[in-house]
Amino acid sequence: MTFDPNTIALSIGAGAAAGLVGCFAVMRRMTLAADAISHIALPGIGLAILLRVHPILGGVAALLVGTLLVWGIENRTRLATETIIGVVFSTALAIGSLITSGDELIAALFGGVGHLTTLEATLGLMLSLGVVVFVVWQRHRLVLALVSPEIAHTTGINVRRLNLFFLLVFALTIALGLRYLGVLLVGSLVIIPAATAKRLARSLRGMLAISVAVSIASTTLGTWLSFALHRAPGSMIVLVAAGFFLLSLLRRSNR
Amino acid sequence: MHSSVEAGCPALEVVNLSVGFDRMNVIERLSFEVAHGSALAIIGPNGAGKSVLAKALIGALPYAGTIRWEANTKLGYVPQKLDIERDLPITGSDFLRAKAAVACASPVDITNALGLVGLKMESVGKPIGALSGGQFQRLLVAAALIGHPTVLLLDEPTAGVDEPGQDTLNATLERLRKERGMTILFISHDLSVVYQHATNVLCLSRGRTCFGAPESVLTPKLLADLYGAPVAYHVHNDLRP
Repeated sequence: MTFDPNTIALSIGAGAAAGLVGCFAVMRRMTLAADAISHIALPGIGLAILLRVHPILGGVAALLVGTLLVWGIENRTRLATETIIGVVFSTALAIGSLITSGDELIAALFGGVGHLTTLEATLGLMLSLGVVVFVVWQRHRLVLALVSPEIAHTTGINVRRLNLFFLLVFALTIALGLRYLGVLLVGSLVIIPAATAKRLARSLRGMLAISVAVSIASTTLGTWLSFALHRAPGSMIVLVAAGFFLLSLLRRSNR
Repeated sequence: MHSSVEAGCPALEVVNLSVGFDRMNVIERLSFEVAHGSALAIIGPNGAGKSVLAKALIGALPYAGTIRWEANTKLGYVPQKLDIERDLPITGSDFLRAKAAVACASPVDITNALGLVGLKMESVGKPIGALSGGQFQRLLVAAALIGHPTVLLLDEPTAGVDEPGQDTLNATLERLRKERGMTILFISHDLSVVYQHATNVLCLSRGRTCFGAPESVLTPKLLADLYGAPVAYHVHNDLRP
């Protein structure tokens, strides 16, 4: 991967999107779900490679179908979301590893393959912008539904629909990072910056700002380090993000 | 949520309401009415279905039967004590601003609601997980008051609030009912408060129900039947109707 303007722009866009979505994912206690949902992309990537379609398109399709599946099962049964995601993701991982082979599997799992075209960067930026607009626009509704779904309901919010939209936006954010981080590491881009911000912030605005800053710093710095050190970008981005989280641990909680 | 357009109808009409989980009804064929500007207390032992009834009334649970709110009803709801993470970085202000934004209310409404529940601005600047139980309950009541509700439905609104705070909240609710004609439905375990503030009482207890004015419902025999043991409560004679 070359460190070109497209890469920088998408690093910033994907970082901002992941930072914002991650805040609500962490506050909604979806930390494990983020990791699990990302694995659902694998069979889609495998199928796309078999059908000679762009792997990321396959990943995005699988993520959207998987998300709808999780939401549908959750609404029709009384199983916990974590349980449903656990079952769906293990199944997806099993199918994905069966139909994806060798080097392709490694690339799908750890990311960082190929050169980023202008079209890919443009689509990625548009997707990032969509995610950012959704979270900023819906933040009040997300806060009410987080504190109490019943209060949200009596205020006129369709909580089920809001949950579906959030899951879809969450899946799209995961899809944004697939290229760099791969199936195994992409969940951490959503979770680690937000977890860092949760430790440091004292208000919603503070958490959103810190999370976005840490996320963009991780993606850009990680991508630059991967270019400088000739290493896979996924690992470098996650290591930088983890470094920020470790630094946040130095701050003693005063609550 | 269902609503009626007829003039002169009650604020709430419930007919043959059944609510249950896994084919077992917690509430069975319950019927009652709530008049405009009245206060209905819902009482009963733990597990009797009080909170289930409240959630069905707001439309958050599926049910059989009829729940008919008057046309243009605006509901303010205070849920039973919430399980909030202590380190959640959402302040009381974030929460109230979110409620005001979704309910299309102005910042003045937030200030007014805080004044009504006796909560200071500096308290709501703290993360909600760091508020005391009493402060958090007042915050929930303040949030329910934003957006000019016509009906307040409160599930144990004074749980965890200290005694002076309870008196302030109960007096505020009474004043809102009398001055603004607000209809109030509240779940409570405090029978003294029920006697003092309720126009009518609905009691729920494992399939048995009763409904009526506090003087007729809150008899020692009925309460003993309801709770399965004798129940003592204090009646403020000066406040009795």
